[in-house]
Amino acid sequence: MNQVAEASITTSVHRDDVGAKIGMWLFLFTELILFGGMFLAYAVYRFTYRDFFALASKELDVFVGLINTLILLTSSLTMAMSITALRRGSKKLSLTFLSITIFFALLFLVNKYFEWSAKFHHGLFPGSNELLTLPRGEIIYFGLYYVMTGLHAVHVIVGMIILIFMFFYIKSGKVNQDYYIMLENSGLYWHLVDIIWIFLFPLFYLIH
Amino acid sequence: MEHKENHIVGYGTYIFVWLTLVALTALTVTVANFDLGNFSIVLALAIASIKALLVMLIFMHLKFDDKIFRIFVFIAFLTLAIFLVLTFSDYSFIR
Repeated sequence: MNQVAEASITTSVHRDDVGAKIGMWLFLFTELILFGGMFLAYAVYRFTYRDFFALASKELDVFVGLINTLILLTSSLTMAMSITALRRGSKKLSLTFLSITIFFALLFLVNKYFEWSAKFHHGLFPGSNELLTLPRGEIIYFGLYYVMTGLHAVHVIVGMIILIFMFFYIKSGKVNQDYYIMLENSGLYWHLVDIIWIFLFPLFYLIH
Repeated sequence: MEHKENHIVGYGTYIFVWLTLVALTALTVTVANFDLGNFSIVLALAIASIKALLVMLIFMHLKFDDKIFRIFVFIAFLTLAIFLVLTFSDYSFIR
């Protein structure tokens, strides 16, 4: 490769930030349909086993669910603020907000761990002998609860890993004031995790 | 397309939206204490939908992005709504 060609390559890096964002949204739509299918299953079983769902949902601790809701809402705030900070050129502030977001993600998982541990302690986990003595409607409720909040927790873990990568990308300058689409797309993923929880919380914890 | 891409949302807007989200959370938890019968699930889902809409419009920038994004998201949710309506139009008459 001669020098002229090389120079032209380095000076004109092709970038399509809008395209990248559209790609991210398309991925989020597959997530929407994935969880949407589960919400559909929830709706149908709720329709069939209304009274059992009401009874089983009283087993969940509203307070723990509320705390986790506030944690995720606040983490969404700091995520959005991290992007604003980076775009305004304040790398340090951006990293600070991003660290808080990652911390909240971890806090959410710790909460989830204790919540599930308590349930396991009471013998309420998929396939346990105690659970199987319950009526069919309650078994289905707990099945849906574990699958849906479990899959959501997996998304929190994945989101946290992505955000940790972003932290180091911003730190090294790979993601910066001019090239922030990666951080924006990571943010979109994180907000999706928040949105799913916004629906999981009332459906499993609040409605009796 | 370019001029809107440059829009940076200020911290104040985000904090205001966050406060609204927290208030709506408090509201949904409070009304859950009352027995409203079938209406309670409608109310809970309505509040959750407003919260989700706020997150999408402001935190996810849909309000400031190109119109095509809003059209995309609308179609995605429309698809989900079709799933729900078709399933229940069938399921409601099964028994």
